[in-house]
Amino acid sequence: MINVKDILALYRKMVLVRAFEEKASMLYAQGHVLGFCHLYIGQEAVATGIFHNLSSNDSSITSYRDHAHMLILGVHPNVVMAELCGKVTGSSKGKGGSMHMYSKEHNFYGGNGIVGAQVALGTGLAFAHKYKNDGGISFTFFGDGAANQGQVYESFNMASLWKLPIVYVLENNGYAMGTSTKRAASGKGLATRGDSFEIPTILVDGMNLFDVLEKSKEAISYVRCGNGPIIMHVDTYRYRGHSMSDPATYRTREEVNAVKENRDPILKVKNILINEYSILLDDIVKVDNEIGDIIEQAAKFAIESKFPEESELEMDVTI
Amino acid sequence: MNDITVRTALRDAMAEEMRANPNVFLLGEEVASYNGAYKISQGLLEEFGATRVIDTPITEHGFTGIGVGAAMAGLRPIIEFMTFNFAMQAIDHIVNSAAKTLYMSGGKINCPIVFRGANGIPGSVAAQHSHCFASWYAHCPGLKVVAPYSALEAKGLLKLAIRDDNPVVFLEHEMLYGKRFEIQTSPTELVALDKAVILRSGTDITITSFSISVQYALDAADVLYDKYGISAEVINLITLRPIDKETIIESVKKTGRILNVEEGWMSCGIGSEITALVIENAFDYLDCEPMRLSSAEVPVPYSKSLECLAQANSEKVVILSRSMLQK
Repeated sequence: MINVKDILALYRKMVLVRAFEEKASMLYAQGHVLGFCHLYIGQEAVATGIFHNLSSNDSSITSYRDHAHMLILGVHPNVVMAELCGKVTGSSKGKGGSMHMYSKEHNFYGGNGIVGAQVALGTGLAFAHKYKNDGGISFTFFGDGAANQGQVYESFNMASLWKLPIVYVLENNGYAMGTSTKRAASGKGLATRGDSFEIPTILVDGMNLFDVLEKSKEAISYVRCGNGPIIMHVDTYRYRGHSMSDPATYRTREEVNAVKENRDPILKVKNILINEYSILLDDIVKVDNEIGDIIEQAAKFAIESKFPEESELEMDVTI
Repeated sequence: MNDITVRTALRDAMAEEMRANPNVFLLGEEVASYNGAYKISQGLLEEFGATRVIDTPITEHGFTGIGVGAAMAGLRPIIEFMTFNFAMQAIDHIVNSAAKTLYMSGGKINCPIVFRGANGIPGSVAAQHSHCFASWYAHCPGLKVVAPYSALEAKGLLKLAIRDDNPVVFLEHEMLYGKRFEIQTSPTELVALDKAVILRSGTDITITSFSISVQYALDAADVLYDKYGISAEVINLITLRPIDKETIIESVKKTGRILNVEEGWMSCGIGSEITALVIENAFDYLDCEPMRLSSAEVPVPYSKSLECLAQANSEKVVILSRSMLQK
């Protein structure tokens, strides 16, 4: 059973992600962050819940929507924000930007800009766990858009054939850029896509932290027992557009507002903390304020950091 | 000194490196039970077992991505493409995933992987199975690109490629697999992943080439000397990225003429790169314009009569070289 201390810590992580993303959005508007910038707002419970059950040998990989994964794994917000701003103090010395963040220390392999590529790469991470027999699992995140890429099924096929230790996390937020899953996915829905490979699928409410925690524990225990891959089909929602340049006109304001009001993952945990664990609103506000300060400092750090020098240009092409 | 085929040299290179490092493994279609579509992995399954010599389904995009992911996690995969034509399905992982991640991660995540297999025109298999991809890969920062000719190069360079901490594209040639060469006992000391070799010294013209085209250049050099008194210097480029500028430029300064021979198409080919390098670095030494001998700019035809017309060969090297010397 999860205790109140853990719930508070997870609440703090989700608030950290949201506050970070909101600040990133502001820095984007001010011209400090350039190019592509894909926000995780609305989906916070997914990575937060899954990473709670991570072991130190495990590895993970995701798409270009990767800031949250870095923060939840424990990379300092200063470093993530500095990377967004293209500064030498960033996680990739400013060479990767929003979409290409990595943490070797946490076995986090990015940060991949080619939709679906991370699924084959993540399957390779699982292959390495099995080859080294290190007991680790690969957590491979991908969206509903990636779920229509051919290499996803090539990967499913080999992962199932070779019984690779991998949890595929299909974050279905309903829209691949502006194309709804209804217009993009044939058949009985993405949750059935593992069926022909005999990969079991667990249905998860990605807006409910407690459901993510429980189901990911179940998935992990299945994979750690040597059963091979499993898919978590996570029903979630992104509040913002696909990226900063997307006004999201393909869905109604009512649809977005209904999710914010009824399914918000942070609000849900907040209410449970207050109503079921008798945590005082003041204590929650204290957490929110602390995070606010951390984010302000991250933004200050990023803005004040230096851009990479010319000497960096041709470094890191080959070893 | 030993006399072995390129096929055996490649097999021995993999076996020796697999014995030396348990993280080295071979992944690809038909590499295990079938002993390789071209029998390059003969006996490896028997020696190393199915955990290190792994048959995949026909699924290049997927298994290449798996190899790259495993390399990022610290293993040293050798990915065999039955031919590089099929690597087109996987080029996204070779370029976007393997070649760029070191840079995108600010030097944190490297990818020690070898992509190897048959490349070029093996003869009579038509357009989709007859294609040299050297210039495609040589274009990309983050990759090393190697195309050996002899058994010694094949063995030494493959061993170095497996030990290298970067992704290496290793272009073999089906028509060379069965060719015998003398080979020294320590080939890794005689080759490097950034050095061309001068196979024959000469004073009148430099002929650069790689892979099977080296044979055309060497054969032509014999004819040029014996019949026409032309002294050709033959350079085997070996590595196409990084390309050994110094050896090429020094040779041209001596001969004043350069001809590149390759199986790829002329447009944006390796010959185009060499021409540009020579013009930029040795313009004043040139006695005539640099020339390129490549395949005709058509999808390679099946019919033997047309295929011969489309391909480079030693006769064409002789004709072009003579025209450059007006002899």
